Amino acid sequence: MGYFGDHTAEVLDLFAQHVWLSVVPVVLGLIIALPIGYLARRYAWTYPPLVSIAGLLYTIPSIALFVLAPGILGTRILDPVNVLFPLTVYTVALLVRVVADGLASVPTEVLQSATAMGYGRLARLIRVELPIAVPVISTGLRVAAVSNVGLVTVATTIGTAQLGQLFSTGLQMSSFRSYYAPIVLGIVLCLLLALVLDGLIVAGTRVLTPWRRAGRPA
Amino acid sequence: MIGGVLDFLTRASNWSGPQGIPARIGEHLYYSAIAIVIALVIALPLGLLIGHTGRGVAAVSLVVNAVRSLPSFGLLIFFVVLLSPLITGRNNLVYLLPTEVVLVLLALPSILGNTVAGIQNADAAARDAARGMGMTSSQVLFRVELPNALPLIISGVRSAALQVIATATIASYVSLGGLGRYVFTGLAQQDYSQMAAGAVLVAVLALVVDLLLALVQRLIVSPGVSGRFRSRVEPGPATAAVVPKEPAVA
Repeated sequence: MGYFGDHTAEVLDLFAQHVWLSVVPVVLGLIIALPIGYLARRYAWTYPPLVSIAGLLYTIPSIALFVLAPGILGTRILDPVNVLFPLTVYTVALLVRVVADGLASVPTEVLQSATAMGYGRLARLIRVELPIAVPVISTGLRVAAVSNVGLVTVATTIGTAQLGQLFSTGLQMSSFRSYYAPIVLGIVLCLLLALVLDGLIVAGTRVLTPWRRAGRPA
Repeated sequence: MIGGVLDFLTRASNWSGPQGIPARIGEHLYYSAIAIVIALVIALPLGLLIGHTGRGVAAVSLVVNAVRSLPSFGLLIFFVVLLSPLITGRNNLVYLLPTEVVLVLLALPSILGNTVAGIQNADAAARDAARGMGMTSSQVLFRVELPNALPLIISGVRSAALQVIATATIASYVSLGGLGRYVFTGLAQQDYSQMAAGAVLVAVLALVVDLLLALVQRLIVSPGVSGRFRSRVEPGPATAAVVPKEPAVA
């Protein structure tokens, strides 16, 4: 593609920015959602309010959170944290329920066996419950990662540099005659990134759950 | 910052005229409603047909996932650049048409996907019982499967509405009206209070619309399906696409 050839360094830079802005919130979100999800599972009465709050947060459009972040955090308008913070909030909102449901999917007999084998509460959680919950959690993680890639592009409208920049560049260059190259390039790179992140999570899930492959005929 | 936002929201001059808050909310709802209605007209019959016959279910999930991973902002710009040269004359249609195309495209997957899932998830025993009672295929669809699918269908409409309201905000970036105007005018004039006020209004609008649709859900879903008449609530069908709202279903 001609546009990519002429602007290789610039596009790769935007791509790197985009990767960073999409991946960091997923990782942070997972780290934050794990204890909260555990809490919602452990103490049943916390589940409805936690899930309701998560749903409420998910209702707020991303552009609104991007704009309000500097006011809430006291950051500068162009600070990338204004993008990382809302996306982390969304990821947590999505994953709290997923983590709680994932932990709930562990069969009671398995829990009883683990306890009978002498696992303490923490050891049982880390070595038995979490591994079994991995497939459910990874489903949520895939949704979060793929939707983050798209949401990051919205941050262009408030001036943060990433692949979405290619869309606004394309719009400006089209004022006299339609010029699709940067727009199509941006969309393709976004799709590619979403596909790669999704594939990585699927591959990670396979590595973490060897028992799911063991029973299958080769 | 909060003082500036409150000041903007309470200034009387911001509540009247074609650039006032009520007019902007009206525009925002107008753009959103058109898209939701068109998406419903397309996705609902299609979803009922696919869910009922079971043909094309795999294709639906493929299309739904593909559209989901498209960046909506990029799609918006693409259609503006594609369609605006085709429209002659200086009027709002130049921006409205591409925007509506994108909004409909974004609303379709949730409604279609959830309608198909809802129909397919209808209790097989209830379906068999209806057939056993002598119902025709279309009676089974409209009197058994559809009422059972309603909670999921409305969940799909709610997700679609949120997506559309959010993206309609970005449509102001390509010179359209609506609440996004405050965000982008504020950005251009370096007036953070105006930007933040716009963002607050969008967030409140999204929450209110979602609440209203939740109310609609409560009114039209049969208590026999929602489980509200039972003392013990059983978990409803889980779908990743559905935004969890009702603790009763969760």
